[in-house]
Amino acid sequence: MNGFFDIPSDLQHSWAGLIGLHLREALLPVAAGLLLALPLALLCNRFRWLYPPVLGVTTMLYAVPSLAFFVVLIDYTGQTELTVMIPLALYSLVVLVPAIADGVRSVPDETLSAATAMGFGPVRRYLQVQLPIAAPAIIAGLRVATASSISLVSVGALIGNQGALGNLLAAAQKYDRPELAANAVVTTAVLAILCDAALVALRRALTPWMPRSGRERTAAPREELLTKGAAR
Amino acid sequence: MIRIDSVTKRYPDGTVAVDRLSLEIPDRSITVLVGPSGCGKTTTLRMINRMVEPTEGTILLDGEDVQRQPVTTLRRSMGYVIQNAGLFQHRTIADNIATVPRMLGWGKQRARERAAELMERVGLDASLAKRYPYQLSGGQQQRVGVARALAADPPVLLMDEPFSAVDPVVRKGLQDELLRIQDELGKTIVFVTHDIDEAIKLGTMVAVLREGGRLAQYAPPAELLSNPADSFVEDFLGADRGIRRLSFFTSDALELTTDAVVPAGAPDAPLTTAETPYLLVTDAEGRPLGWRERGSAGDADRLLPYGRPFRPGTDSLRAALDCAVLSPTGWAVAVDADGRVTGVVSQQTIGEAIRAAHTQAETDAAPARGEDEKVAG
Amino acid sequence: MNVLNFVQAFFSDGAHWHGYDGIPTRFLEHVRYAALALAIAAAIGLPVGLLTGHTGRGGNAIAFVANAARALPSFGLLVLAVLLIGFGLLPVMIPLVVLAVPPILVTTYEAVRTVDPAPVDAARGMGMRESRILFRVEVPVALPLILSGLRSAAIQIVSTATIAAYVSLGGLGRYIIDGLYQRNYEKVVGGATLVALLALVTLALFWAVGRLAVSPGVRRR
Repeated sequence: MNGFFDIPSDLQHSWAGLIGLHLREALLPVAAGLLLALPLALLCNRFRWLYPPVLGVTTMLYAVPSLAFFVVLIDYTGQTELTVMIPLALYSLVVLVPAIADGVRSVPDETLSAATAMGFGPVRRYLQVQLPIAAPAIIAGLRVATASSISLVSVGALIGNQGALGNLLAAAQKYDRPELAANAVVTTAVLAILCDAALVALRRALTPWMPRSGRERTAAPREELLTKGAAR
Repeated sequence: MIRIDSVTKRYPDGTVAVDRLSLEIPDRSITVLVGPSGCGKTTTLRMINRMVEPTEGTILLDGEDVQRQPVTTLRRSMGYVIQNAGLFQHRTIADNIATVPRMLGWGKQRARERAAELMERVGLDASLAKRYPYQLSGGQQQRVGVARALAADPPVLLMDEPFSAVDPVVRKGLQDELLRIQDELGKTIVFVTHDIDEAIKLGTMVAVLREGGRLAQYAPPAELLSNPADSFVEDFLGADRGIRRLSFFTSDALELTTDAVVPAGAPDAPLTTAETPYLLVTDAEGRPLGWRERGSAGDADRLLPYGRPFRPGTDSLRAALDCAVLSPTGWAVAVDADGRVTGVVSQQTIGEAIRAAHTQAETDAAPARGEDEKVAG
Repeated sequence: MNVLNFVQAFFSDGAHWHGYDGIPTRFLEHVRYAALALAIAAAIGLPVGLLTGHTGRGGNAIAFVANAARALPSFGLLVLAVLLIGFGLLPVMIPLVVLAVPPILVTTYEAVRTVDPAPVDAARGMGMRESRILFRVEVPVALPLILSGLRSAAIQIVSTATIAAYVSLGGLGRYIIDGLYQRNYEKVVGGATLVALLALVTLALFWAVGRLAVSPGVRRR
């Protein structure tokens, strides 16, 4: 463990500073993705024909390697955090649109009819009935998006020190210090697990009506969210 | 014969599902286990094919302890029908039915022929053979479930609330079908239900269980209705058990009169034994058209409805009484198999027949509580 | 759109079509890495998922393993593996398998666990052995979901296998990494397009497998 926390000075950040940077680069895109995904999912549910093409395009985008995105963006946004964050926001969007659309769609028709009968308008119904009931599915999507975002930030190291904790990986190779790479992997994993735990706690807080006893039903977010659609 | 010998099922958490239950289940008849939820009826059934293992006691099948038999062999020798049928949605109807024969090593052709034969027996059209379960209605699926259980011709059939999930009309059809199949095949059927009417309709013997898995009464349905063992059984049978008991009395002995039956257009018959101000008008074939008052012209559109006729011999006293109660004149119309009027009978006469039947039943019950003549109602 | 121009330039350049750095070679290399990683991940994820799903036990352990594996950064694992065991195929397979096991494991477990219990009860009641119940009753019904887990894993592998190039191996990542260092965007975009194309092929493949392997009674059409 010798030198585990001994961060080379050329990274220009302390260990804690790298963590802060990493979280910012990972979580801001998820938030941006969520903001864009909410209206997009609403549109997809409004106009059913929109859903398959949106799913197709998003699945394609998801398959494009992050590094390729970063490289192409350098021309427009330079070697900056933004270059890393834009693709990550896009990936989050790709995960969140189907999660929200499917979650909202899974709200039983009777519930919707009851809400309409009580005089809810479409927007009010979406915000006050559909979204809360779809909350578990949306949070499941957020968990996938967050985990993938936190992992992918590291790749930013390849475009010139924009990888936050990932920069430790470059340093590890440069100075042949595997412990720095181990530090990067472990710290990133711990960050991912903590963020995941926070999202689970959020879901519990948002959905007090769901039974808590027994095994956590959504402990494992639905993987098929990612590539769903194209094959069905 | 299946012999359940002081069987207890106690779960690790201490709940007792079945408590020292003893039952003798006769061969080639339907034995119904009935009771409220939590009375251990399903647990009892599932202990017979060892889906649940008893904590204490033994279950003997033809004198042999079921615990001593390999569990798969035991289960393959018993048909098993459950609520919602539990069909394999990835297999066609024919393949579903052929499951056990195929497991027993039958050839493809033989299993397929057997499936076709069973589909016919349970009243399914042969064209459904290549369909998948999702393409069938709930009632049809349940028929497939019964056919699948019968496929390897097992001597024993275990049925766990098989008809509970279908609507009442379909359920009645399935029950009638089961009775018909049982007439033809004579299986030893153990049938679990929470519906006392179903129990009374289907059971040769009915075991009423109470919460905690204790036996409240084990008797033929007629005896259950006439002599409930205690207030629990009485409550469970419901308020109108007197009326329902009439289902077990035949309408054979009812004295019919033809004095008040006239063809359409005929003049009033003379007043004889039938002291009724009404006459039943029939068409040229002798089928009922409706009642008219004596002295009236009897135009077809001014006739009073005659309600639902009953068939003496086939229908029970309950059906006859129901006819009379429904009829605006208070008289029931009896018809033969072709729907031709064989006579009419008044509520009063039916009432006398009921009293006579009760007296008869008590005399019969005194020496033996044996075979009950059961009339499908 | 200059991205489209890049794509056009890349694919119309004859030099990109043959030789050890030609598109066919790189494409096949990529497919080989991806297929190998998927096979290893499936060999781990499927049996464990099937078994735990059938018994309904171990759900918490599955969720824990899946969440932990998901938290591990692929690129970081790659660098660490290379530093610890040197260059080669093994350090590439480690992050790809770690990436692919969670979707396979979790969906397989959930797929089998959530099969309607009634047919399973019926199968047991008619004397089917447990292994037969799993493979003849549960798996056919769970297959669409199991395939979706494999598909999700496959897409992620295809996209992530580009990192093989970072440790001097081949595959479509070669174009992206080389393009980055050569400042040759045409190569980067071309490589990315090929990866996306391979992802589409993968989707089509899974769709076809689904059509062939899933019973019409389960597909409901």
